[in-house]
This record gives sequence, C-alpha cells and structure tokens, in this order.
Amino acid sequence: MTNNPHISIQHLNVEIGNQQILKDISINIPNKKVISIIGPSGCGKTTLLKSFNRLLDDTADVKVTGKVLVDGENIYDPDVEVTHIRKKMGLLSQRPYPLPMSIYDNVAYGPRIHGTRKKTDLDEIVETQLKATGLWNEVKDRLHAPATRLSIGQQQRLCLARGLAVEPEIILGDESTSALDPVSTSIIEDLFIKLKEKYTIVLVTHILRQARRVSDYIIFVYMGKIIEFGPTEELLLNPKEELTKDYVKGFIS
Amino acid sequence: MIRRKLEENFFRILMVLATIVVAGSFFLIVGTIVYKGVPFMNWDMVTKIPGGGFYIGKEGGVLNAIIGSLYVAGGATILGLFISIPVAIYINMYMGGKNLIANTLRIAFDVLFGIPSIVYGAFGFLIMVYFGIRASLLGGIVAVTLLVIPILVRTLDEVLRTVPRELRDASLALGATRWEMSKVILRQIRPGIFTAILLSFGRAIGDVASVLFTAGFSDNIPTSLHQPAATLPLAIFFQLGSPVEEVQGRAYASALILTIVVLLITVLSSLLAKRFSKNNIR
Repeated sequence: MTNNPHISIQHLNVEIGNQQILKDISINIPNKKVISIIGPSGCGKTTLLKSFNRLLDDTADVKVTGKVLVDGENIYDPDVEVTHIRKKMGLLSQRPYPLPMSIYDNVAYGPRIHGTRKKTDLDEIVETQLKATGLWNEVKDRLHAPATRLSIGQQQRLCLARGLAVEPEIILGDESTSALDPVSTSIIEDLFIKLKEKYTIVLVTHILRQARRVSDYIIFVYMGKIIEFGPTEELLLNPKEELTKDYVKGFIS
Repeated sequence: MIRRKLEENFFRILMVLATIVVAGSFFLIVGTIVYKGVPFMNWDMVTKIPGGGFYIGKEGGVLNAIIGSLYVAGGATILGLFISIPVAIYINMYMGGKNLIANTLRIAFDVLFGIPSIVYGAFGFLIMVYFGIRASLLGGIVAVTLLVIPILVRTLDEVLRTVPRELRDASLALGATRWEMSKVILRQIRPGIFTAILLSFGRAIGDVASVLFTAGFSDNIPTSLHQPAATLPLAIFFQLGSPVEEVQGRAYASALILTIVVLLITVLSSLLAKRFSKNNIR
C-alpha cells in the first residue's frame, strides 16, 4: 500500500492453549492512516490487535511465532524492552477503565512512570492532552476529582488523553465505542479522524458503518485469517473475495 | 401448580427458620456477655492491671491483657501483611494467576488455613526452643503471624482476582512494568486490604491456643518484645477457671471488652475502606 509501512506483520501465528487463533498473518499497516479490522465475533480481531503491543504476553498458554515489525524493529525479539514497545502505542479498550486515581493523575500517570517529574511539565502535558480530546473545558475546574465521577463518554476520552500523554505513534482501539451512547460515539469517531494527522490508528470494530465513516483501509478477518485488505470504499462496495461479499452483505455474522 | 406452591413455601419457611437460628444465637451470645459482664464492668477494668492476688486477682483490671492483645494481634497483622501482599501480588500479577503453581499454592494456603491454631502454637514453641527464646511478646507475634498469613493471602488473592483484566492492560499498555502495574492494582484493592486486615485481626485477637505457650502470661504490661505478654482470651480462660465467683464474673467483663475492641476495629476498617475507595472503578 505504501512504501514505508508503520507496522509490518510477517507470518504471525498465535496459539492459545491448543487452539490456533491467528493463522499465518502477513500485512503492512500504512503510516498515519485509520485502519479498521472487521470480522465476525471470535475471528481473532482482538487477538490481532493485542499482538501489536504484546499484551498477549500476559495470557496463559499463549504461543506466538512470526514477526511484528514496528518502525522496522521486531517487537517479538527477545532483546526488545516490552515497556518501550508499549509506550509507542496507546490502547483504548471496549469500556473505559480509568486508573483508580484523579483525572489529573490519570493523564500524568504515563509521563510519570517514564520519568517526567516536574510539576510544570506535567501540568502542560495534562492540559494539552485534555484539550486534544476536547475534555479540558469540561473538567478544568475539577482536575483532582476522581476520574470515575465522569460520564462513560468522558471517561473514554480521558483514557484516550491518558494514552496520548506518553507520546505514542500508534493508537489501538478495541471496539472503543461499543459501551458509549451515540453522541459520545460520534465525538470519539471525530477524534480518530482528527488524530490521524499525527498517529497511525488501528481500530477493531464490528460496526461496518463506523468502519466506513472513519477508516481509510479495512482488513477483513475470518477464522483467524486475513481474507481481504483494501481501501475502505473498495472493500465495502466492491469486495474481491466471496467471503468478504457475504460478510458485508450481512450473510456471515 | 399446588406442588410448586408448596415447594416454594416450604423452602421459604426453611430459610426464615435458618435465619432466625443464626440471628437468635448472635443476640443470645452478645446478650449473655452484656448481662453477665456489665455488673463487673468498671473503669478499673480497662485502666488498671490486676491486683489483690497473684495472676488473676479480684481487684484492678485487665489493662495488661488489653494492651498485650493489641500488641500481639496488631503486630501479627502488620507483619503478616508485609509477607502476604507480595505473595498475593506474585501469584496473580507475575504468575498470571491461572497456572499449576499458582493453583498449588492456593491449595497449600487453604490447607494452612484449616490447620488448628494449637498446631501453630506448638510450631511457634518449637522455633522458640530452637532459638532459646522464652515465652514472650515476640514469640506470640511470630506464632500468630504464621496463623494469619493464610487468611491474609487467600483474602487478598480473592480480591485481586476480581480486578478487571482491562485495568491491568490499561497500565501495561502505557508502558508500565509489572511492578508499576501492581501498584495501580494495589490502589484499586485498598478496600479489600482493609477487609483482609479485619479478618486477620479478628482471628488473631481471639485466638487462645497459638499464644498459650508462645506469649505466656503476665500481670504487667510488656515493655519489650522479650517480656511475656497477657492476652484477653487467655485472661478470660484463666478467670473462668478460677474457683472464686467474683473472678469468674470478671471473665464476662473481659469478654465484653474483647467484643468491643473487635467491634471498634470493624467500624474503623470499614470507614477506612470507604474513604479509600472514592477513586475506584467499579
């Protein structure tokens, strides 16, 4: 798709227990685009996403083979520092999970563990990222209130701000709007579109309309394999593979 | 239809009866202690050490046992926490919580949980003999610590297992190390830590068998770890065994004091748990 892919996956296989979840995945994720991963439930979408920042490491009985190159560096290389890989990527999960601390501390958490200590620096990061996610005006008077007092939609934007605060290059979204109301959903979607100027964004979604609204490219996964990968309109309106056609029409779900 | 209705009523009555039995025995126990203890309750009981005779006299109070019990139960709980929190974190956050070793450890702690406290007392006594320590506050604390560690580990383990996986992922995804992630999780489970403290303290302060040989008994308030220390349950045991009726009555007053101490600790720890849960996700 592009000459210098941001993430390049080569022959990735993932087994959990005795079950093969991902089968020989090879794909290049282009830089600074929004890419949606679609496919029926249980097809391996989330596992694929989690393989990007090695969150699979924590799963019991997991076996990963193959390579995932981020900026040309194989993240499954035993010499690679896993915290360094994860710092490059912000994760937005299905439901917002704010850390058990204040709004301010949630955003400052990442910079703090990576060594930013000065109060003025932290203040600036918090303000910048809360503004980037459109939360600043809503929370600037109660930065030290518990993050759980925010609405679910606000919490999800806070989690996005928290992820952006470690200056990642990539944002990973795992059905990030599935717990949100329509208004919050559209705020998050608009944020994704705005953020792709600076970040590569990979989203797992089961909502085809959402994939169409926000993404530049779509990956269709079925039974642990990539069936088709292409520009959004092309894949949705003019799929090359029969399986993709059936899924887009709603025959497989 | 009639059969279903009968069944429904039968089991409802059974449940109501069971509840009455439990609630009734609770009030009977507390009522007896209050009824028999209050006449012997006076300010001297909680402010003075025993007087008017060797060991358990008719005069003075049980301040030596109150202080001794707080020392033993408090010391054991604090020492136990320092050992149990790392164990529980290691099982759940480093070993993944689900593998064979983790589950074997859980079974081991369950077995330890079920071992009668006299065995801990005997074991603690053996250790003391080996190191040449006499019955003392230190010996009591060590024996009771062994007793409460399984309670603390299993309670913390259960609490840790309720933490959503996504919360761990959230901090790991920001580039946190496992230890940094564990610190976030510890903040989340602070209310659970207070529950663990409460359970451990309750068991520690009420146990007789583990302190019988290890802490000894003394009419004086211990001023160092190497002096023997009285404890409330042992005081009650000795007072009840006395042939003098007045001393027997004082046993119920001591029991009342013990109950009040546990009650205070319960209220305090649930207040603290509430205070520390304001930031928690649910």
